[in-house]
Amino acid sequence: MKIPYFPGCTLHSKARGLDETTRGSLAALGVELVELPEWTCCGTVFPLAQDNYIGMVAAARILANAAKMEGGKLATVCSFCYHVLKRVNYAIKNNPEARKKLNDYLEENYGGEIETIHPLEICKEIIGLDAIREKLKRKLKGLKVACYYGCMLVRPAAEMNFDHPENPTIMEELISALGAEVVEYPGKTTCCGSYQVLNDMSLVKQKVKEILYSASARGAEAIITSCPLCQFNLDWMQEKLAEENNGFSKVPVLYFTQLLGLTLGLPEESLRLDEHYVDPKPLLLGA
Amino acid sequence: MAEERKMVNIYIMGKHYKVPYGLTIMKAMEYAGYRFVRGCGCRGGFCGACGTVYRKPGDFRLKVGLACQTMVEDNMYLTQIPFYPANKATYNLEELTPTLSTILQYYPEVTRCLGCNQCTRICPQELKVMDYIAAAQRGDIEKVAHLSFDCIMCGLCASRCPAEIVHYNVAILARRLYGRHIAPPAKHLAKRVEEIKAGKFDEELQKLMKMNKEELQKLYNARDIEP
Repeated sequence: MKIPYFPGCTLHSKARGLDETTRGSLAALGVELVELPEWTCCGTVFPLAQDNYIGMVAAARILANAAKMEGGKLATVCSFCYHVLKRVNYAIKNNPEARKKLNDYLEENYGGEIETIHPLEICKEIIGLDAIREKLKRKLKGLKVACYYGCMLVRPAAEMNFDHPENPTIMEELISALGAEVVEYPGKTTCCGSYQVLNDMSLVKQKVKEILYSASARGAEAIITSCPLCQFNLDWMQEKLAEENNGFSKVPVLYFTQLLGLTLGLPEESLRLDEHYVDPKPLLLGA
Repeated sequence: MAEERKMVNIYIMGKHYKVPYGLTIMKAMEYAGYRFVRGCGCRGGFCGACGTVYRKPGDFRLKVGLACQTMVEDNMYLTQIPFYPANKATYNLEELTPTLSTILQYYPEVTRCLGCNQCTRICPQELKVMDYIAAAQRGDIEKVAHLSFDCIMCGLCASRCPAEIVHYNVAILARRLYGRHIAPPAKHLAKRVEEIKAGKFDEELQKLMKMNKEELQKLYNARDIEP
């Protein structure tokens, strides 16, 4: 089947690995992601003011364009893009003033009909975990993996309606199906510090430290996420943490799609395992 | 009896004039007594010097055209925008890399794009301006180069941008990066340069140099003209 796809700017620059392994893995599972012919930045941040419609215009146009394609869905994997697109869609559907303002400006007639869908949901609900198990070329054989959701995928609960807002398990279910051993730890929905990495490095360092120590203490050999910014913060900050503490042991931070692609037998170069600060290759490829 | 020429009403910066129907905006302004010292270049729709905005009563939409290409219509309220102030980066193209960071280094404001699409709505060349800025934001330099290829740098996009982006300067940086660092060198050009260096055309040129004016004229008039 085909599903319209919004990659997002970061997936065309820093997070190419997320883009390629998402497309590649889903293609191997029989779902073709069809990139929208034209698309802009989603806006990145959902406006905090309810009537800041200019902050929703870009996402509203993307959704209206997706509605003109076949499928009734729009897939996107970056947690930020997914968050913004889903919340703007919710606003268009449920807030008559937002719907009218945005449609008047864009000269569209879009009522929020599109279902924004995340590849984790595609795997579980459309393809099915049993069908995925059948297509695996190799298994992760007890690799201890901590799933990290951060904030954007799951909250606010009413609008995102993505698994459980405090204790989601959709990533764990997928990774178990790939043969990994799930590491339970308390930090999976805490914030990584996000854009504060530009303003207040120490804040982000503290947040990252809490998440990493919490996962490592429970034996995690790898952390997975679907967010390019969480991935960057958790990965890049480890060099600094290692400088401060000789005993700090680094943990590779991967996109969940990289592990999915690995087990589905995607070519090694398309996994883009070279683009990480903490090298995951010794762990995954047994260097 | 000579037929009376049909006249239309136009408003140049708010002042009313009656001008003959069928003129371009530029000719009509000259008819009304304006003399173009600037804001007028090729008169052929290519140089981008005569960007014009206008409205008509009862229509909220801001319309746009090149004064040398657009016919006057009754009740046009016209304003020329021959120049718009723009931040223009200077750089040594040879030293640049064709990457997103180069674009962000010289024009960091591209990330301020809100996706309002006013740039695309106003472009007299009907380019997808917002889409090439979106491509610039994700470092797709080749796409920027292709989408912006017909830009005449009139500056109207920049006049409308709430994020204060100067689209056409971003675009020309992308086209330069594309031409210098991404597009493969044209093989036929390299071959022709070699031929010139080897003297393939020297004899022909010498022959031309020795011709008198009449012979040259005859040759010119008999030349092959592409259809």
